[in-house]
Amino acid sequence: MSKYTEDDLREELKTKEYEYGFYTDIESETFPNGLNESIVRAISKKKEEPEWMTEWRLEAFRIWESMTEPEWANVHYKKPDFQGISYYSAPNSKPKYDSIDEVDPELLATFEKLGISLDEQKKLAGVAMDVVVDSVSVATTFKKTLAEQGIIFMSISEAIKEHPELVKKYLGTVVPQKDNFYAALNSAVFSDGSFCYIPKGVRCPMELSTYFRINQAGTGQFERTLVIADEGSYVSYLEGCTAPSRDENQLHAAVVELIALDDAEIKYSTVQNWFPGNAEGKGGVYNFVTKRGLCETNAKISWTQVETGSAVTWKYPSCVLKGDNSVGEFYSIAVTNNYQQADTGTKMIHLGKNTKSTIISKGISAGKSQNSYRGLVQVNARAENARNFSQCDSLLMGNECGAHTFPYIEAKNKSAKIEHEATTSKIGEDQIFYCNQRGIDTEKAIALIVNGFSKEVLNKLPMEFAVEAQKLLEISLEGSVG
Amino acid sequence: MDLKEKLVSSFLAFENKVDIDAFVHDVRSDAIKIFEEKGFPSKKEEAWKYTSLNAILKEDYSVFPKQENALEYKDVKPYFIHDIDTYKIVFIDGKYSSHLSETTHDGIDVCLMSAALSKPKYQLVIENYFNKAAEKDSLSALNTAFSNEGAYIHIPKNKVVEKPIQIVHFSTGSDAATMLQPRNLIVVDENSHVQIIERHQNLTSNAVLTNSVTEIFANKRAIVDYYKIQNDNANASLIDNTFIKQKDSSIASVHTFAFGGKITRNNLNFYQEGERIDSILKGITIIGDKQHVDHNTLVHHIEPNCESHQDYKGIFADRSTGVFNGKVVVEKEAQKTNAFQANNNILISDKAAINTKPQLEIFADDVKCSHGCTIGQLDESAMFYMRSRGIPEKEAKALLMYAFSNNVIASVKIPELKQRITNIIAEKLGVNIGFDL
Repeated sequence: MSKYTEDDLREELKTKEYEYGFYTDIESETFPNGLNESIVRAISKKKEEPEWMTEWRLEAFRIWESMTEPEWANVHYKKPDFQGISYYSAPNSKPKYDSIDEVDPELLATFEKLGISLDEQKKLAGVAMDVVVDSVSVATTFKKTLAEQGIIFMSISEAIKEHPELVKKYLGTVVPQKDNFYAALNSAVFSDGSFCYIPKGVRCPMELSTYFRINQAGTGQFERTLVIADEGSYVSYLEGCTAPSRDENQLHAAVVELIALDDAEIKYSTVQNWFPGNAEGKGGVYNFVTKRGLCETNAKISWTQVETGSAVTWKYPSCVLKGDNSVGEFYSIAVTNNYQQADTGTKMIHLGKNTKSTIISKGISAGKSQNSYRGLVQVNARAENARNFSQCDSLLMGNECGAHTFPYIEAKNKSAKIEHEATTSKIGEDQIFYCNQRGIDTEKAIALIVNGFSKEVLNKLPMEFAVEAQKLLEISLEGSVG
Repeated sequence: MDLKEKLVSSFLAFENKVDIDAFVHDVRSDAIKIFEEKGFPSKKEEAWKYTSLNAILKEDYSVFPKQENALEYKDVKPYFIHDIDTYKIVFIDGKYSSHLSETTHDGIDVCLMSAALSKPKYQLVIENYFNKAAEKDSLSALNTAFSNEGAYIHIPKNKVVEKPIQIVHFSTGSDAATMLQPRNLIVVDENSHVQIIERHQNLTSNAVLTNSVTEIFANKRAIVDYYKIQNDNANASLIDNTFIKQKDSSIASVHTFAFGGKITRNNLNFYQEGERIDSILKGITIIGDKQHVDHNTLVHHIEPNCESHQDYKGIFADRSTGVFNGKVVVEKEAQKTNAFQANNNILISDKAAINTKPQLEIFADDVKCSHGCTIGQLDESAMFYMRSRGIPEKEAKALLMYAFSNNVIASVKIPELKQRITNIIAEKLGVNIGFDL
């Protein structure tokens, strides 16, 4: 029987360095540090945007200037110096490629290291990739297949040029510029991101996917994603992230807006594995993300996330259940290790009648990390028969970490049915003993238990992503997850 | 002049009148500084997100109690648990009423804060305990600054107090709005056992704002049962701050029965400074009209092997609003902690609202902590079952609601009090339940 104990695991976790820490040396074009109106104008010009877009950015910038950074989250970190960041960098291999052969070989090598090489991806179950490296899309595949169905899947900067009417109509409707500090910042300086439109009644034949990477030293990345599912359509969208090992903190402030029109369904899955900082808590990505979806009548939005990376995470994928009979779901696994801090959860805003929401959140904290769930379930006065079920479970490994739960529940309608339950526990010695007794060593047993603990959420991931999610759990809780 | 200014400027006059003891003088002066700096809490503060004091701070309160109005026992009898023998400490407009009270110094001290603060024989207890549990938040500090009168209860070692103690505050404020700031200190030494019932009652139609602070110290193996009856009229608002420090193997329970008042805010804080401690927090809230009840609880688990149990039930009718903000903190030394928290609510009107925030902050790994929170309706099939057996709708509803809150009622240890609470609930629900418990 192996002598491997939780202490060994903790020791191993402490010393485990970021496996994907490497740096791709691509000559890139980078703006000087700092942010002011002329930088915003320059970004807009660089992206050859129309006048209305420039104005929209400037409006956001002015709002941002008047705002202060939020401090309510249960995270402590050194505030980023917003004037010490360069707000634009693009790989210089331009123009864009039609085929994968033209892509910078070094870049391809990077993807191969990440295990997401385009070649491989192409072969895999028809996943179309809109790869974003340092803010500009460099490759788009399967565009033709999608185009046949009338599906628009492109970078948002292209969409601004090619489909201005759609962008103009929906951009900022779910997350307005003035929503919060980081959303305003993102609205002013967003460099690129993905745009997706599914026409009426179309069921998107493949999982759409984007990989975000932060690559250039000292650059923040400000992604903007807009997904519109028109009436009766369905789309499953995947987003995954890894970032190279760096010492200085990197800032990521993305905005994701989902719009599900009548009878539409959007499934949005994220695997996030940015550099979490080393064992001493030095470095790591600051991840301040605003994600929100709007559901019209009978629509459904489902968020699934696996959060293993980032030094500081501040992320609350939310659903506004505006239409009657709409459904919101949130499934999350958040793993924190070493000095990582995560403050994550969701908001379910019930406005329409017969709206339903489900929240399943699993937090695993190890090392000296702090893991918080913060959620809001709000039932408005006119939301008859709203139904919510929330479950927040935390697993603690060691007594130097913390698990926190801050659920806010606000009900203004008497027909609301809301249930919330939370538990905190550790891996039981009896559970380990049971496994040991049956010839499963402690390492495997822990893996088994952690896996079982997160199963409810892992099951919600699309097949293609489940593999990746397991991989990331492996890295975060090295050796313990099989 | 707003209330804050008025209070701050009244402080000097107050001090001149009562300054008797150097120790308390310093405590008061420090406290008024804290209040002056922080002021009344606003909705911007996280702990006050769902409760606004603005509506009640507008009144022009008279800060100093007027001359005592005489009350006849027969007029106020319904406000006492009168069918059992009890010690009584009664205040009328903040002044002690010897006529209505029944205090003792026979083996235990059940007497007055003003006496304890001024007489040398209590000095040691006051120095060891006074203001040692209260937080330095602005409202508690305000109370500390004006602390002068209230109940002082000291139970020495190895005493089981044979009858409950009632603390009752009446306000008669015949000519103006009144602000009252009672200050209670309860020290229960090793192995002792005491039961206390507290009530605030407004007898006029003038506004009353009570900002009360109660400090309770349960030493080793002590058992303290504290019951709060909050069933006041629509002009009375109450901010009730309670701080309980517990030592090894002590058991402290606080039951809060919130049946009314304009705005009621309960800040209930437990600090477990020893091992094998049990803390019990239970509450029933049944309100209607435009009433507002806010339960803000904290259980701080500091040492290993302790437990806490929280169970709050709420029924909200008309335009009433309820808040539950429960926080459980488990420090990393506090291994083997069992902490449970439950908050169940029923909304029976579309205009009523409930905001609840059960929080867990856990730094230890070998713990069992859970919280559950529900908002729902009465079970339709249960309703149907009763209706089909000839029970009228109103009675059926009342029965279900009574059953809903029964968990909390069942844990009341004084039978007469249990009966009284049952009666109040029946009255609130507007039915005659038709059976005795």
